[in-house]
Amino acid sequence: MSVLVYLVPIALALGLLGLVAFLWALRSGQFDDLDGAAERILFDDEDG
Amino acid sequence: MSAAEAAGAAPAVDVSPFVTAAADGRQTLHLMVHGVHCGGCVRRIEQALLADPAVATARVNLTTRRLRVAWDGPKEVALRLMALLGGLGFRAVPYDPEALRSSDDSAERQLLRAMAVAGFAAGNVMLLSVSVWAGHFQGMGEATRALLHWFSALVALPAVVYAGRPFFASALDALRHRRTNMDVPISIGIVLACAMSLFETARGGEHAYFDSAVMLLFFLLVGRYLDRRARGRARSAAERLLALHVGAVTVVEPGDRQRALPAAQVAPGTTVLAAAGERIGVDGRVTDGVSEVDTSPITGETVPQPVRPGSAVFAGAMNLAAPLKLEVTATGEDTLLAQIVRLLEVAEQRRARYVVLADRVARLYAPAVHTLALATFLGWLLIAAVPWHLALLYAVAVLIITCPCALGLAVPAVQVIASGRLLRGGILLKSATALERLAQVDTVVFDKTGTLTLGRPTLDLREPVDSTSMMLAASIAAASRHPLARALFAAAPDVPVAPGVAEVPGSGLRCGEVRLGNRAFCSIPDTGEAAGPELWLAGPGCAPARFAFTDELRSDACAVVAELRAKGLAVEMLSGDRAPIVATVAQALGIDDWRAACSPAEKTARLEALAAAGRRVLMVGDGLNDAPALAAAHVSLSPSSAVDISQNAADAIFQGDWLRPIVEVIDVAGRADRLIRQNLGLALAYNLLAVPLAVLGFVTPLTAALCMSGSSLLVVGNALRVRGRRG
Repeated sequence: MSVLVYLVPIALALGLLGLVAFLWALRSGQFDDLDGAAERILFDDEDG
Repeated sequence: MSAAEAAGAAPAVDVSPFVTAAADGRQTLHLMVHGVHCGGCVRRIEQALLADPAVATARVNLTTRRLRVAWDGPKEVALRLMALLGGLGFRAVPYDPEALRSSDDSAERQLLRAMAVAGFAAGNVMLLSVSVWAGHFQGMGEATRALLHWFSALVALPAVVYAGRPFFASALDALRHRRTNMDVPISIGIVLACAMSLFETARGGEHAYFDSAVMLLFFLLVGRYLDRRARGRARSAAERLLALHVGAVTVVEPGDRQRALPAAQVAPGTTVLAAAGERIGVDGRVTDGVSEVDTSPITGETVPQPVRPGSAVFAGAMNLAAPLKLEVTATGEDTLLAQIVRLLEVAEQRRARYVVLADRVARLYAPAVHTLALATFLGWLLIAAVPWHLALLYAVAVLIITCPCALGLAVPAVQVIASGRLLRGGILLKSATALERLAQVDTVVFDKTGTLTLGRPTLDLREPVDSTSMMLAASIAAASRHPLARALFAAAPDVPVAPGVAEVPGSGLRCGEVRLGNRAFCSIPDTGEAAGPELWLAGPGCAPARFAFTDELRSDACAVVAELRAKGLAVEMLSGDRAPIVATVAQALGIDDWRAACSPAEKTARLEALAAAGRRVLMVGDGLNDAPALAAAHVSLSPSSAVDISQNAADAIFQGDWLRPIVEVIDVAGRADRLIRQNLGLALAYNLLAVPLAVLGFVTPLTAALCMSGSSLLVVGNALRVRGRRG
């Protein structure tokens, strides 16, 4: 059972990583325009 | 296409006050763009702007319909960019992003962050709790259990402190005002659960409620976020309309320089320019120019009024024919618009007293829960004489079990799904309580102009006109932008445009010897008041021909009125237009109960009389004159072509040329209302079942978790049914 002492923190750290990633995405404005993103993928790149 | 026309006709105004400069010389302008519907529009705007060598970035947000454009160079580039947008057919209005960043916006962000934190904590604490529960059956050592409990506490406590703030703040606020709301039992339950669990963990106890506390918080935050989101969507639409309304005034300064100013900042005596096709933003007197104004948004009257120097015009009227210079006579509180707004505010205050069902239930529910929990604690302590911490644990279980997941989650879920469904049908709900009020409607009151009718003239084909005159008139009309000329041209779109047409503002069109215009212009003797808008064609060697125009009924108006009747709703019509015109429309639709020539105050009075008679009225209207009536009604709808202030007063807005959405919105509201009541019933039944167990102390953290997720899934699943079979 002593394996828990480091397995549980690892599991928590991984979960925390996901949380931080979400908060970062929120802060960097990735949820600002949910409708536009779906349409933008259809645009041709100007010089691509 | 009216947006495109307005943009094309509007003079280039100075938007430089809205341009903000960064330290590195980069200029930024925020614009609200009217008429963006899809990715294609986004693409056109961005490409056109980026093609300008000065522009560094241009990005349209399709969700909020806002454009941010930045360039290097002088502020005056903004003029060029605005003209560019106008040329593309989009009407853009500058706005100040700081002014619009309302506190609600950041509150939504905070809720989303709190939800993310609570979700993370709920997932991980549940992981640990499942191990503990499994350990009960497989003989987990006490040391291991304590370790897992400590880990749970480590995750749960900071998460509760962070994610619980919206509830704690609201509960404290309610207590400070000596009230109680749903957040009070929620807060007490969560805080007590955490405190008790920490105490139990410290003394190596068997049961800890960390998982229940964070899961409860997570579910409730989901509900609250959904609720906020449904309101926020409507609010951003309203903001957009509000911003389009403001800033529409073009002030002419000495030296003929033009500047855009919010209507409220214009002083009396200022000279203001109203372009052809533009809505007049202030009350004023015409100083220069001859034109016709469409006052139908203010009065509901469909015949355009001629204006010349000296005539008074009112804010909200549409300038039809030629540019006008106005001297502002009234601003702010004195304008006709402001008077209507005052009527509107009074009416709105009355309506703000409405309390939604969920809140009415909550008012009874919260004290009941407190009493029950207290009774459990005292009962176990005094009657059963158990140690105080055990009694408190049972009381906490009662609080957790009774916590209103159904109230907090199921009602917003029904509302979000219903409003999403309506949004797909082109109906935008603006008020959070609109659905509930719509479900109670028993009377529908319609405005005529722009609501039952399309609000734009079309050639009346019932009056025969010989085809030579028709062709000639249409070819002359093709050269003009006047609404009547356009309607005439639309009736015969294949004719070539006549060369050499000269427009005489406020009178008509001249093509050589042939004249097309009003009676006086064509030298026709005035035989009394016209029944509606008309044009005359006169020329050498041909008899004068009359073209009458009607404001056509929306194509499904008859069917919708009949369908509303079939549903058992009373239908009534209130119009500001003249009696003969209203009578014709009423007859065509089979509406027996109608009133003509109503002023805004009379409309409001009629609605109040209906309300006093115990009727729940749905008001459908679009004009400025309808705005107070919209606010006075139990619930109100506006077509999206309505003037901005009416859209703001209405609870919901529908798009398109059809009235069909009115029937749909009533249907969906009825279904949503049934589901909300069912959900409340389900929640009550669940409590009747689970609460006795909790009071008797049979509830462990495991059963609490199962009950909570079970009931939440049940009510959310039930809420999904609002989409209906066709959904």
